[in-house]
Amino acid sequence: MVHVSATPVLALRGVSKRFGAVQALTDVTLEIHAGEVVALVGDNGAGKSTLVKTIAGVHPIDEGVIEWEGRPVTVNKPHDAQNLGIATVYQDLALCDNIDVVGNLFLGREIKRRGVLDEVEMERRARDLLTTLSIRIPSVRIPIASLSGGQRQTVAIARSMLGEPKLVILDEPTAALGVEQTAQVLDLVERLRERGHAVILISHNMADVKAVADKVAVLRLGRNNGVFEVATTSQEEIISAITGATDNAVTRRAARTNGEVSK
Amino acid sequence: MSTDKASTKPQKTATVENTEAAAAAVTAVDPRLLVREQGLAGYLDEFKRKMRAGELGSIPVVVGLIVICVVFQSLNSAFLSAENLSNITITMVGTGMISVGIVFVLLLGEIDLSVGSVSGAASALAAVLAVNQGWPEWLAVLAAIAGGAAFGALHGFFFAVLGAPAFAVTLAGLLFWLGFMLQTLGENGTINLDSDGLIGQLTTYHFSDIAAAYGLAAVVTAVFFLTGFLGNRRREAAGVPSRPMSDLVLRTVLLAVVSFAAAFMYNQYKGLPLATVIFLVFLVATDFLLRRTSYGRKVFALGGSVEASRRAGINVTAIRISVFAISGGFAAMGGLFLASKIASANQSAGAGDLLMNAIAAAVIGGTSLFGGRGRTWNALLGVMVIVSIQYGLQLESIAEPVKYMITAAVLLTTVVIDSVTRKTQKTAGRA
Repeated sequence: MVHVSATPVLALRGVSKRFGAVQALTDVTLEIHAGEVVALVGDNGAGKSTLVKTIAGVHPIDEGVIEWEGRPVTVNKPHDAQNLGIATVYQDLALCDNIDVVGNLFLGREIKRRGVLDEVEMERRARDLLTTLSIRIPSVRIPIASLSGGQRQTVAIARSMLGEPKLVILDEPTAALGVEQTAQVLDLVERLRERGHAVILISHNMADVKAVADKVAVLRLGRNNGVFEVATTSQEEIISAITGATDNAVTRRAARTNGEVSK
Repeated sequence: MSTDKASTKPQKTATVENTEAAAAAVTAVDPRLLVREQGLAGYLDEFKRKMRAGELGSIPVVVGLIVICVVFQSLNSAFLSAENLSNITITMVGTGMISVGIVFVLLLGEIDLSVGSVSGAASALAAVLAVNQGWPEWLAVLAAIAGGAAFGALHGFFFAVLGAPAFAVTLAGLLFWLGFMLQTLGENGTINLDSDGLIGQLTTYHFSDIAAAYGLAAVVTAVFFLTGFLGNRRREAAGVPSRPMSDLVLRTVLLAVVSFAAAFMYNQYKGLPLATVIFLVFLVATDFLLRRTSYGRKVFALGGSVEASRRAGINVTAIRISVFAISGGFAAMGGLFLASKIASANQSAGAGDLLMNAIAAAVIGGTSLFGGRGRTWNALLGVMVIVSIQYGLQLESIAEPVKYMITAAVLLTTVVIDSVTRKTQKTAGRA
């Protein structure tokens, strides 16, 4: 196991989020340490995307506390999250097909020399970055359109690393990828952990989760439904937590509080 | 197009390249470097590979230009005369300037149908300010260009802020600025310009000293070689792959041949035309803007994926408005050149096939209609094709209707070539 810090990089305590009449998140708690991969799983509509968007600053939270390295912070805008050191790689790739790999990596934060794009410096840094992450692509000067789905996903993840984030959120990075390509992306996730980044991985694929995650946090109907150590938990236990066919401390406690309220 | 669909086809070639790269990865990550290291032979290999993959670039247009020259020269030996060629390069500047603006809009994947009317409105504005209001001509010219840019920015506002389709907004613009022009010109309908004034001189002034044309050719060649050479040195110093020296020398020699031949041709007639110099300056400047600055990178990004650009923190609205303003500004400049050619601003300015020719020139030159691919040099090549055909047919005294049909056939051919090469590129994973 990789070294895990004492203070979590990010901690959510009692986070709730409403959209009009819909209670999307209720009293959610989550902790992520540096050098740790936490898989966030749950059925469709369980609140995974909403939770990620609250962390990324797309949707500000209604109640609860977000703690960053032990101190409470407010994350109201995507910019706030980026300043803290949170990078998000969304499911639909945010890359431009017509621009080459270097151009995409530095899109929106081009390196300039005397007001002119410094292509040499950008290419050098891009090659350094891709080498550190052991990402292998045919050339850094070919358009994104020429890359396979897996290669594109690795470029998208590499791009999020340019800001040296402490926490990387990957939203379904292996959806729609083939076997070999999925392996490439999972390798990359492990390398992120080795480099001491905290990673939140959203996935529907239990095999992927078991392969790379240290912990699995299950969401069900907008509430926590258990956090499991991957090494000591069977796939069936996780799946039953996802579907709600489970009986554990968390659900019992939840049931009891609900019962008290109704009395 | 969804990324899934696009990625299914290219996969095969990508994995092939990938295994090649993997084999070569011990020494270098970039297979391009390995190809290039073989010098000129490697360069030819690369060229052949590009041809097979459908990366034709400007080659179809250049071949087309050569065919046009051969055909018209065989029909009439006056076609390749210095006088005719000189006139072609002056006449094409008006439409060419408008076409440069169109390239910007096409890079976004949008269209600007108002450029013809805006060019007419700008020339009317300049004429009224200079002749009727007695403004100094340079001020009237600046006002007309600023006016064109403002008209364009207005289209951009409706498109980018209010979300109306650019097609519809600029179609409304086409009608509105036509009306604006007729209103500005007033009852007479024609305002004659001073042919010795600034606007009049735009297309009539020639640098008669033969040193001017040769000097410009020499400077252009030297600057091209030096920037390439210094760029290569920087790349080598930074340890990133650079083009081989033979490649740079070959390009420089080609450029030198073309520019000195052009200089020789101009000196056989009246000398280097001012219009051509201005056009070249704007082509170099816009090419620099698009390919070497972060503004240009943003324009290309918007043409590739609006959502990706937004997430990268690009101000989509501002870029869109600025591109339409650039289109309007270049339309106004084109209008001034067209007015200079006839030494007047009249009611027929910006009408007829001007709009279609400007768009056709950009597309014939190789700018993609689907956004994200193209260069402003495309406008030069495309407008050369269109104006050469017009002049050639004029020499043969072929009537106007036939000219339209032939220009249409050329445009259609280009679009077909574009579509076919795009298909080839897709199977080669380069679309």
